[in-house]
Amino acid sequence: MSDGDAQADDTTPGGDTEQSVRDRIWAVASASDIRLIAVTLLAIYAIFLFLGIVGGLDANGLYSSLERVTFFAAVYALVVLALNLQWGYAGLFNIGIAGFMAIGLYSMHILTVQIGLAYPIGALGAVLITSLFGALVALPALRLRADYLAIVTLAFAEIVRSILGSQRFAEFTFAGFDIGFGGATGPDGTLPDPVKFFLYKHPYSLRPEPNAFGEFYFGLFDLFIIDDSTAEGILYALFLSLFVGLYYFLLVRTGNSPFGRVLKAIREDETVAKALGKDTRKFKITAFALGSALMGLAAILWYTKRGGVTPTNFEPEVTFFVFVALIIGGAGSNTGSVIGGIVFGALLFRGPVFIERIINQRLEAEADPTTIFDAFGGIDPFIVYTTDNLSALRVVLLGVVLVILIQRRPEGLLGKRKEIASSIDLEDRTGGEN
Amino acid sequence: MVEQSQDHWLGSRLQTDPLTAGFVVIGVLFFLDLLRRLATGTVRPDTVATFLWSGIVFGMAIGLAGIGLAMTYSILQFANFAHGDLITAGAFAGWSSTFVIVGFGNIAMEILLLVGQPARISSQLGISVTTAPLAIVVGFIVSVLFAAGLAVGLDRVVFRPMRDQSGISLLIASVGVALALRHLIQFIYQPSTPSVVHDPEVPRQAIPVGSGSFTIDAHQVTLVVVALGLMIGVHLLLQYTKLGTAMRAMADNEDLAKITGISTERVVLYTWLIGGGLTGAAGYLLALEQGFLDLTLGWDILLVIFAGVILGGIGSIYGAIVGGLTIGIVSQLSIVWLPSEFTTVAAFVIMIAVLLVRPNGIFGGVTSV
Repeated sequence: MSDGDAQADDTTPGGDTEQSVRDRIWAVASASDIRLIAVTLLAIYAIFLFLGIVGGLDANGLYSSLERVTFFAAVYALVVLALNLQWGYAGLFNIGIAGFMAIGLYSMHILTVQIGLAYPIGALGAVLITSLFGALVALPALRLRADYLAIVTLAFAEIVRSILGSQRFAEFTFAGFDIGFGGATGPDGTLPDPVKFFLYKHPYSLRPEPNAFGEFYFGLFDLFIIDDSTAEGILYALFLSLFVGLYYFLLVRTGNSPFGRVLKAIREDETVAKALGKDTRKFKITAFALGSALMGLAAILWYTKRGGVTPTNFEPEVTFFVFVALIIGGAGSNTGSVIGGIVFGALLFRGPVFIERIINQRLEAEADPTTIFDAFGGIDPFIVYTTDNLSALRVVLLGVVLVILIQRRPEGLLGKRKEIASSIDLEDRTGGEN
Repeated sequence: MVEQSQDHWLGSRLQTDPLTAGFVVIGVLFFLDLLRRLATGTVRPDTVATFLWSGIVFGMAIGLAGIGLAMTYSILQFANFAHGDLITAGAFAGWSSTFVIVGFGNIAMEILLLVGQPARISSQLGISVTTAPLAIVVGFIVSVLFAAGLAVGLDRVVFRPMRDQSGISLLIASVGVALALRHLIQFIYQPSTPSVVHDPEVPRQAIPVGSGSFTIDAHQVTLVVVALGLMIGVHLLLQYTKLGTAMRAMADNEDLAKITGISTERVVLYTWLIGGGLTGAAGYLLALEQGFLDLTLGWDILLVIFAGVILGGIGSIYGAIVGGLTIGIVSQLSIVWLPSEFTTVAAFVIMIAVLLVRPNGIFGGVTSV
């Protein structure tokens, strides 16, 4: 069955009655898909809670680790959904994701912190700028074979990163504004955190005072012995999850629209789509620009929590992480993208850090092994060395997972359910037999 | 891999292909501007000579490393993103052996094997081509053998089970290999940039140009000479051995090659052995020339190598050599016009332009459609 309109007919039996909002949401996301995502998320929470309790974390530590897990699951889900539009739907092999994310975030920084626009207007402007760059890259690049497109997009991302990190463009004047990329350390000034505006009267004063909602919200979390910064993080995670829902809704709608059906047709056989009179270039450029814009917005949502911006956040590894996540979930499926983002962000990306924290808390080795030879001196030094270097091992694991997936299960966890290009499933004969 | 007939490729192309002509015009304009700057004195001749020499040195390394990439591109038809980290792996293995030979008996084996990690001992060992030639030769050979073996091993485990899959699947798998390999090296050697040669020991020679001079050092000369020797070796292999003929045949048309009785897997094995070996050589020489090892030694130049390979025509080994040399020289010379932090940007821009305008490259390599 397809991701999308599977249950549509069940929930709107008459068809002539006006659809309620609930029905419409049901129409784009079948109950089983939502349930699948929820079950995945709950299973992952259960794993982390179990490990946290075994590792002896206090209540606040547990909540804060769940908050971190949700954060990374959500940000990866956002970028993966955007990539799925480009690669899963339109078959465009973009490995310059980090570049588009950087453009989005830097534009946001310039528009809000440096020029002084309000958060939503700055975000809108940044998304528009990113989509323009997406179209700019797509315009000539679409004539290329997939592997050449890959090289061009990666080179584009690297050019973006060197320009953003260069001393030459650290400060300059553009259209009468003194702006700048800030060189290797990134531009000065903290990005506004949207969630703070909901909670504080003056979010950027030295000791921000909660507003009425903030009082209520922090009071609520005090009941569960959760401190204010964790509570704030939880609200941010919820804010991100809301955007995951919006992205999902938007992309499922896009996928089922006539536009999305053409994209799927292009992915399956571009010549046929052309023969049917579709201007495939236009569709590909639009899909690429939209995907890039969503990547830019994802980067904004990701890094406004952190505040600071540096070019090192956008090394090519970010791109490859997103690809691993999409391949885990299965390219071509939006539900798969969300699940891939969750599994990747929580288990593969965040999991090792969490385990490192727990082990470090429990195990204080007398001698700190500094080389791999010290590590083979015994079991304790080996564990300590391994956990100290977990950030490296984590990427080794990712690489191995990527190779195994592409060898054994290139369609990912849910890729088998790749959405069909036609508006109804032509292989589904049940309707005819009744 | 097949050469275009010599009189054909430039003359007629300029007439039939306005885009190539445009490229040539832009190149000539830059060259004229360089002459103008030299004449007016905005750029000193010795500065240009310095850029040119460092461009040749860098370009030879890129060209040497590009041969392996071009080989796998033409024979296995995929862009191998693990190529850069093969360079790094070869370099680390080779320098471990050089350190062991030089410091044997004086310094603990663990420290030597980890190239002086965590303590920096390069000044104590005082390595350079003149003070420790034997250790450098052995290290070089270890680099070649290790990278060749690693390439074949990776092929067995990762790429061989995927022979029937698309180039994109292989590309993605190679990205996985690159990530795993680089961080495995990090896990063993720790993230740092150990210096491997003792700078004061390296012989230098100033060469007068105009009113100033530029310096060449023995390690740069070693890189250029060894790379040139290996390139000539590859040329002889391709043109005058049965294996070379088989490789060219397979790059041209795999099915036709199979019909004539060429064993595909045997050619693939030698492709990895030779390509991997040359890659290890490039890694060792690059570290020798720049004086230190780096976890991203290969990854950082991977796109530059791609630029060279693409410029020369993907899949063309001769193209990879000439393209690599051109990219090396152009990226260094670009400092005349651009800030020095944009040397790789210049290389990438050329690569993108070539891909968009002339995807077959200047030398039109062979890749099956």
